[in-house]
Amino acid sequence: MKRIKLSTIIFVVCLFLIIWIDLPENFHVQMKRGPVNIKTVINPLKINVKLFGKQFTREFKTKMGLDLKGGAHLVFLANMKPVKSADRENALEGTRNIIEQRVNFFGVSEPEVKTIKSGTDYKISVDLPGLTDVTSAIGLIGQTAKLDFRTLGTDSAKVATNTPTFMLLTKRTQLGGTDIKRSVVEFDPDSGSPVVALEFTRRGAKLFEKLTGENIGKPMGIFLDNMPLTTPTVQQKITGGRAVITGGFSLEDAKKLSIAINSGALPVSIKLIEQRNVGPSLGQEQIQKSVFAGIIGLLSVFLFMIIYYGRLGVIASMTLIIYGLISFAIFRIIPIVLTLPGIAGFILSIGMAVDSNILIFERIKEETRKGQGRDLAIRLGFGHAIDAIKDANITTLLVAFILFNPLNWNFLPQFGLVKGFALTLAIGVATSLFTGVVITKRLLLTFYKEKKK
Amino acid sequence: MINFLKFTKVYALLSAIVMILGLYSMFTFGYRYSIDFTGGTLIEYQAPSVIKQNKISVIKKAIGKDSAKIQIHKSTILLRLPSVKDTEEPQLRERIANAVSAKSLIVQRLETVGPSVSREIVRTTAIASLLASIGILLYMTFAFKKITHGLAAVLAMFHDFLILMGTYSIMSHYFGAEFDTLFVTALLTTMSFSVHDTIVVFDKIREYSKVSVKPIATLANQALTETMVRSINNSLTIMLMLIPLAVIGGESIRFFALALLIGTITGTYSSPFVATPLLVFFEKLRLKR
Repeated sequence: MKRIKLSTIIFVVCLFLIIWIDLPENFHVQMKRGPVNIKTVINPLKINVKLFGKQFTREFKTKMGLDLKGGAHLVFLANMKPVKSADRENALEGTRNIIEQRVNFFGVSEPEVKTIKSGTDYKISVDLPGLTDVTSAIGLIGQTAKLDFRTLGTDSAKVATNTPTFMLLTKRTQLGGTDIKRSVVEFDPDSGSPVVALEFTRRGAKLFEKLTGENIGKPMGIFLDNMPLTTPTVQQKITGGRAVITGGFSLEDAKKLSIAINSGALPVSIKLIEQRNVGPSLGQEQIQKSVFAGIIGLLSVFLFMIIYYGRLGVIASMTLIIYGLISFAIFRIIPIVLTLPGIAGFILSIGMAVDSNILIFERIKEETRKGQGRDLAIRLGFGHAIDAIKDANITTLLVAFILFNPLNWNFLPQFGLVKGFALTLAIGVATSLFTGVVITKRLLLTFYKEKKK
Repeated sequence: MINFLKFTKVYALLSAIVMILGLYSMFTFGYRYSIDFTGGTLIEYQAPSVIKQNKISVIKKAIGKDSAKIQIHKSTILLRLPSVKDTEEPQLRERIANAVSAKSLIVQRLETVGPSVSREIVRTTAIASLLASIGILLYMTFAFKKITHGLAAVLAMFHDFLILMGTYSIMSHYFGAEFDTLFVTALLTTMSFSVHDTIVVFDKIREYSKVSVKPIATLANQALTETMVRSINNSLTIMLMLIPLAVIGGESIRFFALALLIGTITGTYSSPFVATPLLVFFEKLRLKR
């Protein structure tokens, strides 16, 4: 008896937390009844704690997409002078793709990146939902990110000894950004400060080995957009195709540099020429209509389930509400940028979440028809239903996994709507698996027990 | 027990008719692609005073193009349209000015914009879908211990994909539905739903075949009889969610909801009437050898 109570407490606490995260934002409540006078503003959970000396703040608010809330509109002008006129279209397209990749890796989902041609000008517009950290995003987008390695020039001996090292490094090598396969942020085991690790391609590794072999005891520099990042002295020939940039970075900067290197150098340099806010692309009435339609749909599902399955239908409806609350909380926790189609997908997933319930109920009915008592019918029905639920959901999760492309293979979608879809799909399936199996069973055993004689 | 498989030819005929009509439409009419895919014209107007957000639908009517994307910020109107010629613009401006009852609108910019969905994404999505099909095939071969189940499920999924592609092309030609990012989402949803639904039916067949040595056709009929109620109920609940969205939801998601509706119907239909007959056929073939 005691054990049941403990799990019930955990269940209630979790539910309470989830509801707290799901609370509407800036919802004004005013109530006056006799001596009681309530006037308050409701807001979702906000965490603000100090952990290991670091301030940790987290708000759980809905992030809305460009269509629902608008965002920042940035326009960059591309410098096409060094590019042959025949290649300009391609260069612009390439730049667009790299920018989209950077924005996505930066953690902004649902951006819109477009090429613009007006007269003889080539431009790229970037729309970012929400307005958080725009300056930082601009810095990242605009970075050309041309990486190259340089060694001592031939005339270095003649220069005064107090000249800074990087000015002596005048000889450009063939090693550059295109020879880098991948870069990641790591932490220096000695100092604990963030560094950017580079992994070379096969060609890059060979070149690097040769360069380090030729320059033992001499300085060598890594330059980004002609600015020195780091100018270490080569200690030994480095094989294995890895290098580390230690530049006294902050974690933020190291991350940005790594993203920029990973996405590759921009084929042309770009300059921010316009920045402003844009309103939502969908009217308020459109949103209201869709939400209204969603509510009607949900109510008809409840009605159908209750009419067809009676008390079991009530339990299914409760499960669905819990399903909705949990998914919405996950959307806020990750956070997922909500767009109108996203909401439609969410509504659809509620419809699909009923599936496991129907499966279970049909099995329970089947067992009851065979003459089993209610308790046994529930247990047997569950056992039979679980096979189908498991296989069906694992397949869907598999699909979501491939579409999400977690290893970022470049022949699969690396960003954009498909990944967003995959993530929502996975959340929907995983949550419905949990609510459909765990919560339905719990509710069934609590509310659908055989009456004691 | 109802002998569902007796009418296999009828199901095949039905599927063939819908598919041929759709494919015909796909190859003759094609699709109306949204600006997300084709690019178009970007126009920005400056109005003398602030314009309310709820004017968006009025402006949309004035433009007369469903695919127009309209954004209002204070007194500026931002439009994205399929290509507009320079000579057509003054007319358009006048119509919009009338619609929002502004004395005059100033053209802030008139530019050609490229697509916001790159070809790269379309290509990689197609590859990912193929890879996902292989993944499904492998997993189902593992879960059902036979390759026939996976093969039948994947073929049924392909059937649903073609049905939706075809019918959407018809909708695109006659009702102006656009091939946009939402439709891509609807396609992916349909495909995963299709397999999901098929597995439930196959699971029942697997269960019966464990305790019975009857021929596969009998077992399949038995399984179909048992799962029919759940199939219908399940798609009914999804349709109950989608019909309000298609009928009274905002215009921008109407065709999305319709596409999902078609996907749900064909996804449900294909499990008993396409995947199961295919499975029976493959199983018989396998046993003959």
